[in-house]
Amino acid sequence: MTISKAPPDISVIPDINLSLERVVPVSARRRTVPRWLRRPVVPLLLLGLWQVLSSTGALDPTVLASPGTVARAAADLVSSGQLPTAMGVSLRRVLAGLAIGGVAGTGLALVAGLSRLGEDTVDATVQMLRTVPFVGLIPLLIIWLGIGEAPKIALISLGVTFPLYLNVYAGIRGVDEQLVEAGSSLGLSRWGLVRHVVLPGALPGLMTGLRYALATSWLALIFGEQINADAGIGFLLNQAREFYRTDQIVVCLVIYALLGLTADAVVRTLERLLLQWRPTFTGQ
Amino acid sequence: MVRVEGLSRSFDGRPVIDDLDLALRPGEFTALLGRSGCGKSTLLRVLAGLDREIEGTVLVPKRRAVAFQAPRLMPWKRVWRNVLLGLPGRPERAVAESALEEVGLSDRSGAWPKTLSGGEAQRASLARALVREPDLLLLDEPFGALDALTRIKAQRLVAELWQRRGCAVLLVTHDVDEALLLADRALVMREGVIAYDTPVDLPRPRDAGDPGFTALRTRLLAELGVEAVPSAPSAA
Repeated sequence: MTISKAPPDISVIPDINLSLERVVPVSARRRTVPRWLRRPVVPLLLLGLWQVLSSTGALDPTVLASPGTVARAAADLVSSGQLPTAMGVSLRRVLAGLAIGGVAGTGLALVAGLSRLGEDTVDATVQMLRTVPFVGLIPLLIIWLGIGEAPKIALISLGVTFPLYLNVYAGIRGVDEQLVEAGSSLGLSRWGLVRHVVLPGALPGLMTGLRYALATSWLALIFGEQINADAGIGFLLNQAREFYRTDQIVVCLVIYALLGLTADAVVRTLERLLLQWRPTFTGQ
Repeated sequence: MVRVEGLSRSFDGRPVIDDLDLALRPGEFTALLGRSGCGKSTLLRVLAGLDREIEGTVLVPKRRAVAFQAPRLMPWKRVWRNVLLGLPGRPERAVAESALEEVGLSDRSGAWPKTLSGGEAQRASLARALVREPDLLLLDEPFGALDALTRIKAQRLVAELWQRRGCAVLLVTHDVDEALLLADRALVMREGVIAYDTPVDLPRPRDAGDPGFTALRTRLLAELGVEAVPSAPSAA
């Protein structure tokens, strides 16, 4: 092939009007406000707005107490020992429910996830039961278990079982087939495959399930503690309602929120420790 | 060493391996060539014991190891734990480390697989196979996903390891040059059987420019159904 065209003459660079853009390094683009300061800004503003509305009288204290009153009510409840006792009782209920529901949910998921026989027997049944809203079972639980601790813990266990089951089962079934095959080519036994390949692979699913389960457990706790409770945060909440104490109601709600946040922090820490191997996107 | 007689394997009634016979000798480096979909990977999986829905006789040594095209490291185990995975007893980390040293990866022993480059991960996978001291090493296109430069290094490494260990190797590949650079014997699989079987009697280290090399390449390419273009580069 012959060259029909002469190469372009580049000895003189033509004066084109090219607009250039600077690629700014990340370090130069970093915002001046650190993230830990940025995050609480909006909640604090909302709190300020609430206080302003209460002080100007725009917000009637019988509708919603002011942040100051709520803080004072909280201090009173703590110093009288009511709040710590109630929190202890509620926490014990949640922990018991989490333990029972956790064992049931992961246990069922393992049976259904690991074997085809388990899938056919367990999965179909659990999928059917899961469509029943667990709060709807309260009347039955009361008839079966009375009005003591048992129905409350049973309700929380039910609320925990299903989200855990679904996510652990999905996690097990989402394990890369190629890794399982590699494991068996390395001579792993059936139990070795479960322990070294399937369970670690299902761990991200378990963590997601745990988050949902914790969220549901607080919800179940609130419902459960409306059944003839004589202790616990739900009991405090009921009492406050009877005396129109919106300040105490808000204190209880804040406690629920704080407990939820703590639970979330626990899961986040677990994730950071147990899932550090995961090559995932962590945001920019 | 390896004896396969009358092996058949079909997928949904379509035979992929159809009454195949094969014998491999101890310490022999065999390359198994074939077009994509010809059943060469299936044969390797049968020899590895991963595919058991077969008919026929298959005799393989107890100690065998596989390195796959993808490294298939467990992402939740650090490199040295990956190497030791499945070994009987409770082997020391030093066992993994000596295997990693053999593949030039001793400094990444404590790393997570996600931090390894493609070539490093493949070498870790090779160390995991070697630590089992296999009598038969099965390699399923282990260089397929590597870039050209890394591939040359990895091929040299495999040749070195084979000469040092003296185990039988079956390398499944679609790359004729790779087969001729490494193997003592080349097989071509077609229509479910070993259709062509030739010794590769070339002096080592081998040179792709050698006339004997070129002649064998042309022959093998013809067996694979590719008309050779004079001085064709590697069909990678």
